[in-house]
Amino acid sequence: MPDRVGTPDEIVICRCEEVTEADIHQAYAEGYRTVEDLKRLLRIGMGPCGGRTCMPLLLGMVARLAGVPVAQVAPAVSRPPLKPLELARYAALQEQQP
Amino acid sequence: MKRRVEVAIVGGGVIGCAIAYYLTQLGLRDIAVFERSYLASGSTGRCGAGVRAQWGTEMNCRLAQSSIHDFETLADELDYPSIDFKQGGYLILAFGRAQLDQFGRNVALQNSLGIQSRLVTPDEARRIVPHLVAPDLLGATFCPTDGHCDPFKVTDAYAQAARRGGAEIHTATTVTGLRVCAGRITTVETDRGPVDCGLLVNAAGPHAAQIAAMAGCEIPYMTQRHQIMVTEPVAAMQDPMVISFSHGLYCQQTPRGSFIMGLGDPAEPVGFDMGHSWQFLADLASKIDYLMPALGSLRVVRQWSGLYEVTPDSQPLLGLAPEPANLWLAAGFSGHGFMLAPMVGRILAQLICGQAPEIDVSPLDLGRFARGELMREPSVV
Repeated sequence: MPDRVGTPDEIVICRCEEVTEADIHQAYAEGYRTVEDLKRLLRIGMGPCGGRTCMPLLLGMVARLAGVPVAQVAPAVSRPPLKPLELARYAALQEQQP
Repeated sequence: MKRRVEVAIVGGGVIGCAIAYYLTQLGLRDIAVFERSYLASGSTGRCGAGVRAQWGTEMNCRLAQSSIHDFETLADELDYPSIDFKQGGYLILAFGRAQLDQFGRNVALQNSLGIQSRLVTPDEARRIVPHLVAPDLLGATFCPTDGHCDPFKVTDAYAQAARRGGAEIHTATTVTGLRVCAGRITTVETDRGPVDCGLLVNAAGPHAAQIAAMAGCEIPYMTQRHQIMVTEPVAAMQDPMVISFSHGLYCQQTPRGSFIMGLGDPAEPVGFDMGHSWQFLADLASKIDYLMPALGSLRVVRQWSGLYEVTPDSQPLLGLAPEPANLWLAAGFSGHGFMLAPMVGRILAQLICGQAPEIDVSPLDLGRFARGELMREPSVV
């Protein structure tokens, strides 16, 4: 089994915001070294999935680039909601209040 | 890290980074910015990202109008790819006679200063935002040059340009104390060691009072959580930011297609809580259901909150503090610091370099509260 199936500009790390492995390498080389900085520059993890797919991949990449164990890479803050939900369904909650 | 700088700036938000950049433009290179987390991690990165010139005091109108003028060319000036600037206008909704009268006075003031705002009828408002319903709407004001830009990118652009100009920017560096000797701040103590300074600029946002207190200076404001959320991106459908002071609500579609919506809750307790609640989403959603029900089908992808630091007149504190003699304040922005950042940055840099400022901000000094010369801003969310 090859350990990769494409070039860095073909491998998509964040599907929601279409961020590739090459985008992350470039930003890291430009000095965006923390997950929070990479997130805000590239918007990685800010799409509908809330980073559920890309954050573990990004943490691994930053760990490899920095040459530290992944446990030493600070993750980005997780924000609610767990699943995207229509605004109108929240409005219904308000109407149920006494 | 230099152990001595001429200018130490506390706070790596948009205000601190803008001041650093404009100082380098005036030829000062010996500058260090101290940020305890990452750039724009506080109020800047949490804000609603709107920029408007439609204010109710001459001071805010002039600061905001000149700042918008700067935003128009900022990406080029700072050699940055894009700050996602969008000028789709601000539509400010009026409910009730008293509010409409106040808006009429605001527009007269704004027009006298060259701001292209105007009063519009409910029908015109619904032409500008076709999905606007708001059955009890009495009218609105609209200014087409107001808009949006990306707070992270603006801060990053200022920080990078400041670095190229010689400034040091230290993230993950906490200021732990200030040493004062003979009425002047001599040293900034940080968790990475002490740095001597010629003067200190306090741009620490909601933590500015804490920083000032380290030098024995008291700043009056209250901090209050404001909650906010963003939806998934959809095709462009709303040009302007829509604001209702009656509902404490603002709602804008960004150039990327997401809607950012926030709410000010008058019952929010004073404090430093930056949590989030489902009640906020429920309250916001029911107000959107009244104002623009078509937006009810948008899905919420993220919610967060940030702090407003609200001064007694909802106006910023700018300029030299009464004491210590070398403490400069750029604080107390009361929820609208991001949109004023270019002008505040320029003016503070001019004042620090001993030049005449483009706009006289002396009425915004800390001493105004003791003198009883408040300049209350009526148009805040």
